[in-house]
Amino acid sequence: MIPDLTVRVGAALLYIILAPLVGGLVVGIDRKVTARMQGRVGPPVLQPFYDVLKLFEKENLVVATAQNYYVLSYLVFMAVAGALFFSGGDMLLVIFAFTLSHIFLVLGAYNSFSPYSHIGAERELIQIIAYEPMIILTAVGMYMVTKTFYVGEIATSTIPIIMYLPGIFIGYLIVLTIKLRKSPFDLSTSHHAHQEIVKGVTTDFTGPNLAIIEISHWYEYVFLLGVVYLFFAFNPFIAIAAIIVAYFVEILIDNTTSRVKWQLTLRTAWIIAGTLCLVNLGVLYYLQGVLTL
Amino acid sequence: MTYLTKSPWIVHYDCSSCNGCDIEVLAALTPVYDVERFGIINTGNPKHADIFLVTGSVNEQNKPVLKNIYEQIPEPKVVVAIGICATSGGIFRECYNVQGGIDKVIPVDVYVPGCAARPESIIDGVVTALGILAKKRQAMQEGGSTTPAKAGEGR
Ligand code: SF4
Repeated sequence: MIPDLTVRVGAALLYIILAPLVGGLVVGIDRKVTARMQGRVGPPVLQPFYDVLKLFEKENLVVATAQNYYVLSYLVFMAVAGALFFSGGDMLLVIFAFTLSHIFLVLGAYNSFSPYSHIGAERELIQIIAYEPMIILTAVGMYMVTKTFYVGEIATSTIPIIMYLPGIFIGYLIVLTIKLRKSPFDLSTSHHAHQEIVKGVTTDFTGPNLAIIEISHWYEYVFLLGVVYLFFAFNPFIAIAAIIVAYFVEILIDNTTSRVKWQLTLRTAWIIAGTLCLVNLGVLYYLQGVLTL
Repeated sequence: MTYLTKSPWIVHYDCSSCNGCDIEVLAALTPVYDVERFGIINTGNPKHADIFLVTGSVNEQNKPVLKNIYEQIPEPKVVVAIGICATSGGIFRECYNVQGGIDKVIPVDVYVPGCAARPESIIDGVVTALGILAKKRQAMQEGGSTTPAKAGEGR
């Protein structure tokens, strides 16, 4: 059942207001846990907010003015994708807006003259190629189980989706590592000090522009964790627990692996995650009569 | 109130140092000193940085590089000279190719002497720099440039 319009608009507005706060907090906890894993004290949990507020106080040095608009488009489309998702919209439309926003980031990076920025942009494109099929297969899998692409209906269905889509869930976790820009797949840019291409896609963005990119990441985090929720939507408590466990596993992987080459990233995402997803979908297809979905 | 002091990001450049000071700078990032406690991040990118840490004396080869990095850092920014080499040229002062301390090329806000400068004094230098950073931000808000354009040039 699709909730009525006011509820949907309300949910979208709530997402637009609250997602940056939640996302920033998630990043802050992430940095704290990471520091503890490395035997350090780590920054305060509110550090990501300090960082972004500071970036807004800095001068905005731009190489090409178009950069400003690309960065803004990145933020707007990311927020739109998330808002559509949380208002129970069509999953395919959400994925479309989500991908488009990343294309704007890539265009923004290509707009500068720095070779580091260009390498970062290329790697960002490779990452998009790597995770995109998996995100679409996730939507397809959810459709096969719930017979709908509407997030509102998937979230309110009582079917334990995870029981039908374990392969797809693992595949999604693999691409989540890419999406959260975590090791071993932090090719295009990284939150850590180890960096062989300066700062990759974000190299040529300064001050306020960098802050906007950071806020877009927060929107993105909340959206991506929202997809994890859908797998467990039959029980909100299990779903929240699943999100926490999934995120913790991502931090653990981040701290115990080193960066791999882009070829391996692509192979992992396509061969391992892709096979898991396709086998899962195949089995589901053959069992459709038995399971009476 | 400025958030600059809560999240100073650093770019570090080795300007013909003997590597002694560089190791001490990096030591500040290890779990023992853990400068990320104060929100300090060592970014490799001048365009993201607020504080410019320079080690070693300046010579003809790296003079343009030093200048270039300095100019790429967005305002407000501060420069910290680490070690006696960066301060005055140190033991390399008399070399035929050495110009002296980095203040011959770019304006310096804080000098951290020592050979090599200890991590404690480096952190102290950065903390001193934070105060200057906050003042520069205030000056920026009130309008006008914060740094003398060509300090030390032609000395
Ligand atoms: S001050 Fe001493 S340790 Fe530092 S760069 Fe100069 S010679 Fe090396």
